[in-house]
Amino acid sequence: MTLTLQNLLPAAPEMFLLTMITLLLVIDVSLPERYRALTYQMAQATLVGVAVLVLMFYPEQQVLRFHDTFVNDALAAVLKLAIVLVTFFVFAYSKPYLQDRNLFKGEYFILGLMAVLGMLVLVSAHSLLTVYLGLELLSLSLYAMVGLHRESITASEAAMKYFVLGALASGMLLYGMSLFYGATGTLDLAEIARYLAGGTGSDGMIVQEFAGTRPVLILGLVFILVGIAFKLGAAPFHMWVPDVYHGAPTAVTLFIGSAPKIAAFAMLMRLLVDGLAGLDSDWTQILVILAIASMAIGNIIAIAQDNLKRMLAYSTIAHSGFLFLGIIAGTQAGFAASMFYVIVYALMAAGGFGMIIVLSRTGVEADRLDDFKGLNERSPWYAFLMLILMLSMAGVPPFLGFWAKWSVLREVVNADMIWLAVVAVCFAIIGLFYYLRVVRMMYFDAPLNQARIQAPAGMRVMISTNALAILALGVYPSALMAVCIAVMQ
Amino acid sequence: MIPLSNFLVLAAVMFCISMAGIFLNRKNLLILLMCIELMLLSVNLNFVAFSHYLQDISGQVFVFFILTVAAAESAIGLAILVVLFRNRKTINVQALDTMKG
Repeated sequence: MTLTLQNLLPAAPEMFLLTMITLLLVIDVSLPERYRALTYQMAQATLVGVAVLVLMFYPEQQVLRFHDTFVNDALAAVLKLAIVLVTFFVFAYSKPYLQDRNLFKGEYFILGLMAVLGMLVLVSAHSLLTVYLGLELLSLSLYAMVGLHRESITASEAAMKYFVLGALASGMLLYGMSLFYGATGTLDLAEIARYLAGGTGSDGMIVQEFAGTRPVLILGLVFILVGIAFKLGAAPFHMWVPDVYHGAPTAVTLFIGSAPKIAAFAMLMRLLVDGLAGLDSDWTQILVILAIASMAIGNIIAIAQDNLKRMLAYSTIAHSGFLFLGIIAGTQAGFAASMFYVIVYALMAAGGFGMIIVLSRTGVEADRLDDFKGLNERSPWYAFLMLILMLSMAGVPPFLGFWAKWSVLREVVNADMIWLAVVAVCFAIIGLFYYLRVVRMMYFDAPLNQARIQAPAGMRVMISTNALAILALGVYPSALMAVCIAVMQ
Repeated sequence: MIPLSNFLVLAAVMFCISMAGIFLNRKNLLILLMCIELMLLSVNLNFVAFSHYLQDISGQVFVFFILTVAAAESAIGLAILVVLFRNRKTINVQALDTMKG
């Protein structure tokens, strides 16, 4: 295939984003300090542009480009839109926080956009090479973002931990990929799938006997799953999550906790479902163990936390366990349920960490649970928004989080794994405790301080939209669910 | 002609050494960075060996990308190390314990 403009158009959002990042990099360097807000505005405009381009080139059917390493299909387009939307909210929440702490520099937005580019590439990956490159572009940007606050001891320590464990995870993932390459002789995910299905290769020849390479494939699969679990923060590979969430500036925690989860789900889909579907009986068993461990460790240890960022970190671990449930079910409806779950989770996480930013003031991080005591007296509206977010994360009807949990559990039951659904519900009930504790503190405890909440008007509008969207979508969940189901077919 | 298995065993041994280095090392963060590099190099060896054995060029292309990314990765790792050293005046692994819970 020749490289004409027409052929490159399915990758237009990525190319536009890359162009804008390089442009922003140059503009930001030459910008005087008082015009710094321009970088922020251009970053937001870039995200809007990417969303428009994704919609303009919405694929009717699967389109492969760049020697079949890049795929544009409905799944990619919808996940890209979700990533861009969540990032838009995250940038808007981050602005006042960064301005208060003298961190309002172009780096945050440029690195953030770079991470978005990595996520888009990861979402569109159709080869082990693109999976790796997208993942690394995402991870490298995130390592640098965690260390953004150079004077902070905890932030630099968190960055170091994140870097070492993240690099270890990439190494494991790569080793697994090299074994798959050796066993199947190709990096292309569709060809790996054909090989595993025992079909024919791209050259029309019958591929060699599958059974001979099976031990190598299983070994590679274990390494790949360890790498994915590390990146997603699933137990028992979750050690980095609490420290990174706690140590990083809240604006960065907000970013790490939301949009990259959608990209991690895409990686799971591309590698396991698109590529390694032929080994599903093996990876389902491993995912069951990861899911139960994540739900147990996440929900139980979260109870012992007194720092809200750490508590939400453990809640992330628990949520990634739930995310696995739909994939374990192994049906298209199950994948759609997981996709629904991850998009909902990213929205809730953006809102939850956004509330920490709303309450924080110049020089004060409002990341302890005590900071939320008596919020109802200080501001009934923010207490109400936080109530929506916490109940939604806990999975209480009629909020959106309930439908997310309900849809994955339904698919697990449909796949005849009722015991797994029962275990998941038990852990969800344990999890209810620590979410409701936050609600109790907000409504029934006396406030520790009466400081006025200083969030600027734009931030108030955004966080209200975010929380009310969770309430509204919770009342009408079928629209978003229908999109997820349509995408999987 | 050296058989493929020799390369694979060498790569596996290198991979295990680097893993052991990451988990056993309790003194120096620089050694951790070296172990990460070694881990990526063992993967490269795997890819090159498979690529030669399969007579397929894509494995070697992958190696070029890994080399490039590894360079970027160590640049960021060293940058974080410098920041950490400025704040803590130490690069001892055991000193990384300010956050608990």
